[in-house]
Amino acid sequence: MALAVVIILLVIGSLLFHFLSPWWFTPVASNWSNIDSTVNITFWVTGVVFVLINLFLAYCVIRFRHTKERRAHYEPENKKLELWLIGITTIGVASMLAPGLFVWAKFVDVPADASVVEVLGRQWGWYFRYPGIDKQFGDTDVKHMSPANPFGLNPEDQAGQDDVLVYSSEMRLPVNQSVKILLRSTDVLHDFTVPQFRVKMDLVPGMVTYLWLTPTLTGEYEILCEELCGVAHYAMRSRVIVTEPDEFKSWLATQPTFAQTVTDGTGNAEQGGALYAVCAGCHGPEGKGNAAMNAPAIAGLDSWYVSAQLKNFKTGLRGTHQDDAYGKQMAQMAATLVNDAAIRDVAAHISTLAISPSEKTVSGDVDNGRSLYMTCASCHGKEGNGVWSIKAPRLNGLDDWYLVRQLHNFKNGLRGTHNSDAAGIQMARLAQILKSDQSINDVVAYIKTLK
Amino acid sequence: MAFVAIADRDHEQEHHDPHTFVSKYIWSQDHKVIAIQYGGTAVLVGLVALVLSGMMRLQLAFPDYFSFIRPNEYYQFVTMHGMIMVIYLLTALFLGGFGNYLIPLMCGARDMVFPYMNMLSFWAYLVSVIILMSSFFVPGGPTGAGWTLYPPGTILPGTPGSDMGILLMLLSLAVFIVAFTMGGLNYVTTVFQARCQGMTLMRMPLSIWGILTATVLGLLAFPALLVSAIMMIFDKTLGTSFFMPAVLSMGQALDHQGGSPILFQHLFWFFGHPEVYIVALPAFGIVSDLLSVHARKNIFGYRMMVWAIVGIGALSFVVWAHHMYVSGMNPYFGFFFATTTLIIAIPTAIKVYNWVLTLWQGNIRLNVPMLFSIGFIFTFVHGGLTGLFLGNVTVDLPLSDTYFVIGHFHMVMGVSPIMVLFGAIYHWLPKITGKMFNETLGKIHFWCTFLGTYAIYLPMHYLGILGVPRRYYAYGLSDFIPASAQSMNVGITIAALFVGVSQLLFIINIIWTLTKGKPAGSNPWEATTLEWLTPDTPPKHGNWGHNLPVVYRWAYAYSVPGAALDYITQTDPQKGGDIEEGDHGKH
Repeated sequence: MALAVVIILLVIGSLLFHFLSPWWFTPVASNWSNIDSTVNITFWVTGVVFVLINLFLAYCVIRFRHTKERRAHYEPENKKLELWLIGITTIGVASMLAPGLFVWAKFVDVPADASVVEVLGRQWGWYFRYPGIDKQFGDTDVKHMSPANPFGLNPEDQAGQDDVLVYSSEMRLPVNQSVKILLRSTDVLHDFTVPQFRVKMDLVPGMVTYLWLTPTLTGEYEILCEELCGVAHYAMRSRVIVTEPDEFKSWLATQPTFAQTVTDGTGNAEQGGALYAVCAGCHGPEGKGNAAMNAPAIAGLDSWYVSAQLKNFKTGLRGTHQDDAYGKQMAQMAATLVNDAAIRDVAAHISTLAISPSEKTVSGDVDNGRSLYMTCASCHGKEGNGVWSIKAPRLNGLDDWYLVRQLHNFKNGLRGTHNSDAAGIQMARLAQILKSDQSINDVVAYIKTLK
Repeated sequence: MAFVAIADRDHEQEHHDPHTFVSKYIWSQDHKVIAIQYGGTAVLVGLVALVLSGMMRLQLAFPDYFSFIRPNEYYQFVTMHGMIMVIYLLTALFLGGFGNYLIPLMCGARDMVFPYMNMLSFWAYLVSVIILMSSFFVPGGPTGAGWTLYPPGTILPGTPGSDMGILLMLLSLAVFIVAFTMGGLNYVTTVFQARCQGMTLMRMPLSIWGILTATVLGLLAFPALLVSAIMMIFDKTLGTSFFMPAVLSMGQALDHQGGSPILFQHLFWFFGHPEVYIVALPAFGIVSDLLSVHARKNIFGYRMMVWAIVGIGALSFVVWAHHMYVSGMNPYFGFFFATTTLIIAIPTAIKVYNWVLTLWQGNIRLNVPMLFSIGFIFTFVHGGLTGLFLGNVTVDLPLSDTYFVIGHFHMVMGVSPIMVLFGAIYHWLPKITGKMFNETLGKIHFWCTFLGTYAIYLPMHYLGILGVPRRYYAYGLSDFIPASAQSMNVGITIAALFVGVSQLLFIINIIWTLTKGKPAGSNPWEATTLEWLTPDTPPKHGNWGHNLPVVYRWAYAYSVPGAALDYITQTDPQKGGDIEEGDHGKH
């Protein structure tokens, strides 16, 4: 009897939960509202079946409880009843399948006037590419990939020269225009998901997959990776900004083409040497740093990393938090570099400076640090040399006090909070795995032992 | 003349009888001992997987507290929890455990037809478990690639355990498949060759139909997993490119070229989807018998039930790519696989109707096995219906890779088969041990498990609809995930820990049964099938004493009008109570 009552209560409770719980679809921001309709149809059909079967079950438990006096009814089969049930079930199934296939037929049929954009996934972030004036993408290959050409574009291919490359973590789309999103991965499986768009698709290395949609609401939405892609899978996020077409066009014009990135090159270390005089005041002429001035050693840092950080400082992505006094100081210094070329030059110079071992100032449990570092090694490498393709900088050779401070900054929201700083946000998410101050000291003590 | 199994030949009996402790209980060829060895090992390894899930839940609910759970460990727990539960617990317990125990007893055979191979099957299984567990102790730890082991990530740095861990996982799977094949050939051959006189196929209990069909599925599906494991081992160790395209890893272009990650997914799910039914079909069969016995009523629509099992088994081989709607495979596949997948709902629905109709006009004893069986109907209906969302390609788009999927497959493949497993263990424990379990403890165990698991999984569906992705170590700040979802996560974790701890009741009950249980007698449930009619309880080696049983009717002669009792055993020579009477006479 208790069982029957509980089953009835579970049915009522499930219905209440369904209608009252605060968790439901996010408001749809694309043309795929008909996907929501197929979900709703399925909810109604299955909901009716759920209620009917379970109430019948509860009825049987109440009505046919065991008594000594009574015998069960003996009826091995009832063909007529069984055929009726098969028939009704078939109708129910068809009523869900037909709308599903109808909408799927739209999904596989990309509109002819759809524009094209490429989403390139990598461990653990996103790049975006637009086809430029010729509306054609250039060839790509893994063998062309390098810090200066992370998209792997073929430099010989004319079609690729005008491709617009978006290095920041934000993708933009014009509202109310159909877009076919080509999906490509450099390394492992990923999945491009924007919950508000409803549609998603895996990125598969070695091939190009796609999906299409028409954004219908302007706004900012989160891009999530939804195919397990390794340790930092949960931190592989980005944003898509849907804007009015004019705004989209002017934004696109500010992004570099492939040809421009080639012309810009990687910076001139010699010219950078002259610019470095300003930096040397704090970081020292050989980039060894000065703990008393809170200036870390920077010698030998990869130029792509230094460029990115100088840009972050300059554009307010880093060193803006009121509690980040030294970051704010650095932001002012970075502002003295007049343009991107200056940043590239000074970064090139810094990368040529020789790393020299600095003093040990942090004490921690190296063994525990080694075990903690297993997660860090996924991006920064086993020896802490950094991995350009993951945007993970070199760690060995850095001052331990600086690493401790930055880990605290990441953890406490002083660094890696700006929406356009995807790598910073990612590190901020990963810094959360160091759940105590001691564990920060431990992992830094281990990093200090890396050569 | 039918082949007479070695175990059935009288003159062989002397060689075969075990004399020492070792040959009786350890290096044993007796199917009942092997069944207990399989079952015990599966339950132990399942407890490991249960603890792993508890740690995952702790991390999700309290992301700032447990410093030993880092992303590496979290993904390793996820992977090992999934693989252990699906393969090393559910498959092993249903087929190695119940298959071994029930097939000879329910079919009226003295043992499996190849007892020595049956013994090797268990020992190979044990080796596979040891290999799997050893991966916890190698450098880098076990693989954290997710139980689906999708390449290329699986064998590249950036995924935990991408060196030793993954190799041990693949090796363990290969050994498990060898073990399964030795056991599986035995089960099929025994069912077809060693049934006693009168036991026609259409008189077999549905437990046997479920186990038989599942075993055939396993024999056909596991080779796909074996070849994918072997090819992946080659990709990892020899640098071949079966599944590996040209990729960049840690900033370096690798030497691989031309392999297909999607090929692996097809092979994996060609195994993986039948695997769902390798677990579900024995559960379907067993629960049918439990419902019939304890409702004192014949199973409704027996023949339809048999054909539904066989039909589901066949269809399960043409639906696999519904796991891959968003994998990037040719999207036109979606039409075919959505259609086949929804068709499979029809025989499945028939089974549900017939279970409920078995209770209708029954005489229901609400004992512990019956509670679990009815619990199964509720949870399976829930899990089956949410399958109609994910199987229907368009509806799957927003839900794929979210917590909706986690909720769905845990209801349909976790909770509901485990309801049957518990029901079945309580049901046959009096035969296996000769003693009766503690009814009160069993009922408390049921209520904790049934209500607790629903509290875990119902809310997960709604988190999924919201868009909360699965396999995330932590959510942190997110635009669309409200704080209430995190509170729900805490609630789910509390329910999960409660369910986990309440499984101790089950273990206590087993110990209670063995030490304090009252003698159960030969046939405590007043059931009709052969395993309850053995001369000894627990049955001795050879099962039947001198003479093999002779069967006169189907397994469901309950409450036959005019009979003296409300059940007629399969071996009772009196007239009446057979399903085949109506249409074409007797065999």
